[in-house]
Amino acid sequence: MNFVRNSVIPVGTVLIGILALWYVFTVILNAPFERDQAARANTTISTSELIANTMRQERPVLPAPHQVAAEIRKTVFDISPTSKRSLVYHGWVTLSSTLLGFGLGTLLGILLAIAIVHSRTLDKSLMPWIITSQTVPILAIAPMIIVVLNAVNITGLLPKAMISTYLSFFPVAVGMVKGLRSPEIMYLDLMRTYNASKAQVFWKLRWPASMPYLFTSMKIAVAISLVGAIVGELPTGAVAGIGARLLAGSYYGQTVQIWAALIVAALMAAVLVSLIGLIATFVNRRMGARA
Amino acid sequence: MSVVTLRPKAKPMPQAAKTVIDVKDLSLVFETNDGPVNALSNINLSVDGGEFVSFIGPSGCGKTTLLRVIADLEQPTSGSISVNGMTPSEARQKRAYGYVFQAAALYPWRTIGGNISLPLEVMGVPKAERKDRIARNLELVNLSGFEKKFPWQLSGGMQQRASIARALSFDPHLLLMDEPFGALDEIVRDHLNEELLKLWAKTQKTVVFVTHSIPEAVFLSTKIVVMSPRPGRIHEVIDCNLGSERTLDIRESPEFLEIAHRVREGLRHGHSYDQAHL
Repeated sequence: MNFVRNSVIPVGTVLIGILALWYVFTVILNAPFERDQAARANTTISTSELIANTMRQERPVLPAPHQVAAEIRKTVFDISPTSKRSLVYHGWVTLSSTLLGFGLGTLLGILLAIAIVHSRTLDKSLMPWIITSQTVPILAIAPMIIVVLNAVNITGLLPKAMISTYLSFFPVAVGMVKGLRSPEIMYLDLMRTYNASKAQVFWKLRWPASMPYLFTSMKIAVAISLVGAIVGELPTGAVAGIGARLLAGSYYGQTVQIWAALIVAALMAAVLVSLIGLIATFVNRRMGARA
Repeated sequence: MSVVTLRPKAKPMPQAAKTVIDVKDLSLVFETNDGPVNALSNINLSVDGGEFVSFIGPSGCGKTTLLRVIADLEQPTSGSISVNGMTPSEARQKRAYGYVFQAAALYPWRTIGGNISLPLEVMGVPKAERKDRIARNLELVNLSGFEKKFPWQLSGGMQQRASIARALSFDPHLLLMDEPFGALDEIVRDHLNEELLKLWAKTQKTVVFVTHSIPEAVFLSTKIVVMSPRPGRIHEVIDCNLGSERTLDIRESPEFLEIAHRVREGLRHGHSYDQAHL
């Protein structure tokens, strides 16, 4: 019952609001085309007909929610996942490079944070570069990475994953530097009284203390990994993946296809972020967090 | 790395009358942005094995700093200090002392048992013996049955008892306590004072105890070191031995009140020419 009151009702209310607004804009944005058609055919069109027509155009400016839903149902459930027209196929292509890039990015971020926390020199020299790396627009650097790696014969999954890595290591590195430095002086002094080694201080104090920071930054990292993977699919000539679907859709004016791909990408991101959240809850419980 | 002998010594207090801590002409100056601060100035002090010594004084008198110097958590600027005949650094590396902080400082992600196990894990004690020692030390501080609880599930007093069990778990001869009961209410504090006294009698440890409470110092100590601030120094050392069978009732006795009076006078005197700063 609590679940209904705390989650279903508020989330449902917002969802209904968004859908209502979406339908309103569908009518407003698609109506000029219908009026043009009627004017060209020298016929008049009643308002109810106009509204009905705006929601069943082939290439609408803004497709209605039910058109997008139908497209998703067709491309996810009706078409075999092995087909190039299946969103499951494209989704999997994007997901695999997202996960590879996210895994590598998280690992890189953690390693950088460990190095930075343990070395003053690296703290001073590395941190500015890490921050600078994120000021370069990813849209500019993504084609470079793809082209350069292609030149050295690295193709396929890895170049796309590299773009995800490039984006996702950053929040993990910054979050983990903060997390590994989070133990209070007293906790560190305690380890000193035991004459603990640096490795012991790390594994028994810094690492467990940084867990909440790790999961928070991993949530951000997994979401931008997906963005990275999609962006990485654009300059590869739109072969496969959600990014390819978006690009192909915009070439041929297939707005319904674009929106279907967008919604699926958003759902994938939501699922990935919630999965990290679930793992975080499980780990926090194991580490004695208040229920 | 040296192997720590964790077995309790068979002979009762072999170093009973031996000097455990010896401080000579020790000074410590902190360099701050507002210029140097004389945290400790010309400290001379010796603590014998089995004694219970309290440092008492107003804030800024350097009592905690002196304890931290003994523990090798601060470095003196001049003078000499030995702990168990070694430098504080060597003593720390030999795990000569257990340290209890103002706050319990239990790691929140470890259970009470896990927290007591922490120093043992660091020191490489095998698992079976760790289990044994956790049980034994929990019993010592009356916390048996709380092994699997997390720190937040315990009251402040229980948490501090757990931190004492943690400090005792590797059986150091010297226990350094920095205002361990300062954050607790008076009822809990009285209770823990009594328990600490029993624990001290039972374990025969040497205890150095920092406090700002006169009754606490008089009740617990064999020797009270009265300190005064600016610069931090020892004003007076008062012997205080109210017999080994003490209960809280002793605080009503004339002997107790007399020593408490001397401590109060000492504190006031050490402070007298400092009134302008108040």
